[in-house]
Amino acid sequence: MAQLSDDTQTPQGDTAPAALPGDGLREGIVDTLRNDIGEALLDTLLKPNDDLWVRVSTESWLATGQALKAAGFTYFCFLSAIDWMPSPFGNSQDDPDDEPKQIDMTIKQGYTGGETRMQVFARLTDIDRHVGITVKADVADDNQVVDSWSQLFAGANWHERECHEMFGIGFNNHPDLRNMYLPGDFEGYPLKKDFPLLARMVKPWPGIVDVEPMPDFEEAADAPAAEAPAGAIEGAES
Amino acid sequence: MTLTDRQQLSYIASQAADARLNVELETEGMTLNIGPQHPATHGTLRIIARLDGEQVVWAEPVAGYMHRGYEKLTEVRTFPQVTSLINRIDWLGSFANEVPFILAAEKLMEIEAPPRAQVIRTILFELSRIANVSLFLGDLGVQMGAITPVFLAFRDREYILNLIEGATGGRFHPNFDRIGGLKDDLPKGWIQETKGAVKKLEEFCDTIDDLLFGNEIFQSRMRGIGVIPADIAKDYGLSGANARASGIDWDLRRDQDLPLSYDLADWKVWTHPDGDSWARCWIRLQETRESCKIVGQLLDQIPAGPVMTKVPRIIKVPEGEAWVATENPLGEMGYYVVSKGGLGPFRVKIRSASFNNISIVPWALKGVYVPDIITILASLYFILGDIDR
Amino acid sequence: MLAQLAAEFPGWYPEWNIPYWLMSILRVVGGLVAVLLPAGGIVYIFLFKMMSFMQSRLGPMEAGPYGSMQLLAEVGKWMQKEDLAPDNADVRIYKMAPLIVLLSTFLLVVVVPFGPQAYFTNFETGIFYALAVASISVLGILIAGWSSANKYSLLGGLRAGGQLIAYELPMVLATLGVVIQAGSMNLNRIVEVQNTGEIFGIGLIGNPFVITQFIGFLIFMIAVQAELTQSPFDMPIAESELVSGYMTEYSGFRFLIFFIAEFATAGVFGFIASVLFLGGWGVPFTWFGWEGISDVAWWMNFVGPLIMFTKMFALVGVIMWVRFSYPRFREDQLQTFAWKVLIPLALANTAATAILKVVF
Repeated sequence: MAQLSDDTQTPQGDTAPAALPGDGLREGIVDTLRNDIGEALLDTLLKPNDDLWVRVSTESWLATGQALKAAGFTYFCFLSAIDWMPSPFGNSQDDPDDEPKQIDMTIKQGYTGGETRMQVFARLTDIDRHVGITVKADVADDNQVVDSWSQLFAGANWHERECHEMFGIGFNNHPDLRNMYLPGDFEGYPLKKDFPLLARMVKPWPGIVDVEPMPDFEEAADAPAAEAPAGAIEGAES
Repeated sequence: MTLTDRQQLSYIASQAADARLNVELETEGMTLNIGPQHPATHGTLRIIARLDGEQVVWAEPVAGYMHRGYEKLTEVRTFPQVTSLINRIDWLGSFANEVPFILAAEKLMEIEAPPRAQVIRTILFELSRIANVSLFLGDLGVQMGAITPVFLAFRDREYILNLIEGATGGRFHPNFDRIGGLKDDLPKGWIQETKGAVKKLEEFCDTIDDLLFGNEIFQSRMRGIGVIPADIAKDYGLSGANARASGIDWDLRRDQDLPLSYDLADWKVWTHPDGDSWARCWIRLQETRESCKIVGQLLDQIPAGPVMTKVPRIIKVPEGEAWVATENPLGEMGYYVVSKGGLGPFRVKIRSASFNNISIVPWALKGVYVPDIITILASLYFILGDIDR
Repeated sequence: MLAQLAAEFPGWYPEWNIPYWLMSILRVVGGLVAVLLPAGGIVYIFLFKMMSFMQSRLGPMEAGPYGSMQLLAEVGKWMQKEDLAPDNADVRIYKMAPLIVLLSTFLLVVVVPFGPQAYFTNFETGIFYALAVASISVLGILIAGWSSANKYSLLGGLRAGGQLIAYELPMVLATLGVVIQAGSMNLNRIVEVQNTGEIFGIGLIGNPFVITQFIGFLIFMIAVQAELTQSPFDMPIAESELVSGYMTEYSGFRFLIFFIAEFATAGVFGFIASVLFLGGWGVPFTWFGWEGISDVAWWMNFVGPLIMFTKMFALVGVIMWVRFSYPRFREDQLQTFAWKVLIPLALANTAATAILKVVF
C-alpha cells in the first residue's frame, strides 16, 4: 500500500470562504460549451448570482457530458427526469364531494423550454471553480431513449437505473438497467404523472376534514366552509 | 479507471479462480448474501458478494427494501407539508433534511429568513450533524467488535437530542423549519444549556479519539483499506466527508452562498490525502469537533429580532425551478424543486448523499476480505432512508 | 479425592469409608461446580456488571438484588425456547456439536488440581493431556459450522478452525518453558515447584513462574484469549460480519450450552493458567514450614479451591477487560500475528529457558 500520511501532515482547508463564482464565469462556461457542441446547445438560462441552466438536443446528450467534463465539471451530482405533463389526478387534496376541477392538461416546460413531455436533466459541479450547471435534454415522446452517461461518470449508473425504473426512459449503452427499488415484475413507471397514487385513490386525503374557515384570511370569508363528511369514500372510488 | 494494486491482484486471482473452476471443477465461489437483515448493514441494505475464500470477487448492493416514494408523495403535498416527509430521509439528523428544501422554496418565493432565524437554523443544523455523526463514531467500534464506544455515543448524543427536543419539540423529527423562518423562537435558558452540552460533546470526541482512533487494532483495520482516489470519488459523486477524505477540498457550507450563518464562525474544513477508511472516519471526527466549535461560536452571535418573516397564510410558490444543496451530515443533500405556481411542488428531485456514496460499493469492495466489507461500509457511512428515500 | 482425604487424614473423618458410587457422585458434583460456578460467576461479574460499568450503564438490576438472579432468568428463558434446526442441517451432528464443545470443557477440568489431594485425577502428563483435550472443542465448532447449512456458520466454523489451530501452537510452546523449568508435566508437581522455589535465595513468595516465564505467560494469555475466541480475536463469532458465526443457527438450550461452554472454558483456562504461572492452589510452603507436597496441611484442600477461584477470576477479569475494550483483528492479521510474532517468540522463549536450565 502506498505511503500513509501522518495526522500531523494533514492539510487543512481554507478557513475563509472561497470566492464565489460571478456571472461572468457562468457566461464563459456557456460560451465554451457552445464552442464544443455548437448548434446542439438549444437554450440557456442564466439567473444572475444564482444558477445556470442549459438545454441541449437529445442526440448531443452524451457529447454535452463529455464537453462539460473536459471543461472541468468533473463532479457528478445527480441525473433524473421530469414529466412535464400536469397530473390528471390533480393534487389529490380536493374534497371528493366537490365538483371535479377542470385540469388544464397543456404541457408547459420549465426553464430553458422544451418540446417534449419528458426531459432528462442532470447536474454537474466544477469543484475548483465552485460552480454548478444543470443540463436538460428533451426525450422524444415516441422513442424515450437517450445515451447513457454511465461510461462517462460512473456514478450515473445508479441514477440512470433509478430514472429508467421511475420514468421508463431507456439509456443506450447502459450496462445494467435493472430495477433499483421496485420488484422486477412491477408494471408502470411510478413517477410519471399519469401513474396514479393508489393510496390516495382508495382513501381521500385525511387532511381535508381539517379545512376550516380562517377569519383573518380574505378568501376564507368568501368560500363556503368546507364540511367534508368523514366517511366520504364513495366519491373517491371513481 | 485506475485500480489499486490490491484490486488488480484480486482481479487476477478471480480470473485464475474462474479458470480453475472451469478446468478442474475443484474450487467453487460462494455467494454470500449480507442483508437485508444483517447486523452490519444497520438497516435493510443487502449486499450480494461473491467470495473466493474470504476474498470478495464481486459485490453488488441491493437497495430498495425501504423505498417510500417520497418524490411521488411530495407531488400531492403542499409545500409546508413536505417537510414532515423529508424529515424521514436521514433520520439521525432530521433537521438538516428540512433546510435545503425550505431554502429552495424561499429561493423560488424570493424571500429570506430574518437573521435570527438564519443563525438558529445554522445552530440546529450543526446540532443535528453532531447527533448524526456522534452515533457514527460510536457505531464504528461495534462494526469491529468494540462494543463500548457505542454506549458512550448514545449517552452523549442524548444531550444533543434533548436540546433539539427543547428547541423544536421533537427529538427525532423536529419539523421545525418553516418557509420564511422558524416555527418558534428558542426557549428560555436554551443557549446556556447548549453551551454545556457542546462541551460534553467535545469531551466525547476526545474520548473517541483516544479510545478508538488511538487503538492500534483499529488503525490496522482501517489504514490503507478501501482507498478511493479523488477522481473516482468525483466520478461517483461522493460527497461530504467521503470526498474530503480523498483530498477533495469541497464543503458546501463554505463554498456556496446560502442564507446560513457559517461565515459568522471561525472554523476549518478538514481534508485528508489518503482516501482510506481511516481517513473517512477521521474526517468525521474532526467535523464533529468543528461543528461543536461552530455551535459554540454562533450561540454568542444570535441577533435579536423576529424568527419569521412575513409570508402569506397560504403559501403559493411562484413558478420556477431551484436547486439548493447543503452539506448534510452524510454529504451533499440537495433538492431540485420545480413549482408550477400551485400550492404544492410539481416535481421534487431529492439528491441524497448516501445514494451516491453507496453506489461506489461495487468498485470499492472488489478484492477486499469479508471483514473489510464491514469496515468499508461503515466508513462510507450510509443511512438506509437516505439511500432509498 | 475424598477417599484419599479419608486415607490421609483418618482423624478428621475417621468413620468415613467412601464407597465407589458415592465418590463417583462427588466427582460429578465437583466437576459441575468447577465448571458451572466459574461460568456463572464470570457471566455475572464481568459480562453483566463490569461491562456495564465500563459502558456507563447499570446492567441488569431487576432480577434479584443488583440483578444477581439475571442469569437464572436467562437460563429459564433459553430453556423455554424451541430447539430449532435448519431444514438443510445435518440434524444429528448439528445437535451434537454444542455437547462436544461443552464436553471438552469438562474433560479439561479433570486434571486441574485444587489442593494437595483435591483433584479429580493426577496424571503424570497432566499438562499434555490438558492441551490435547482443549483442541476437542475445535471439532465441535467445525461440526457446528458445517452442519448448520448456513454460509455464515461455515465461514465462522472455518475461521474458528484456522484460529484455534494457529493459537494452539504458541500455547503449547509457552507451556513448554514452564515444563522445562518445573521438570515435570504433572500439574501438582508444577504447583509444588513454584511454591517451594526461591528467587535468588529468597523463598518468601516462592517462585511463581509468572516472574521467570513472563514472556511465556503473556503468550499463553494471548493464546488463551484467541482460544476462547474473545475479542480482539473473536472473528469466528464476529457479530457484525458473520451474524454470530458458527452459532448463528442455534437457539434455545443448545445456544445456552455454547454460551456456558464459552465462559466455562474461560474459567478452566484461568485455572490452568494460574496453576502454570501463578502458583496454583498453593501458598509459599515456607510460610508454614512445609518441605514438599506431602507435608501440606489437610486444610489446604479447602483453602486451595478458594485460592484457585480468586486467581482464576483475576485472570479472567483481565481477559474480559481486554475483550470489552478492543476491536477485533482481521482474519489474516490474526494469522500473521500467530505465525510471525507469537510462535517465533515462544520458540525463542523455550530455547532461552532450556539454555538457562542447563546453565544453572
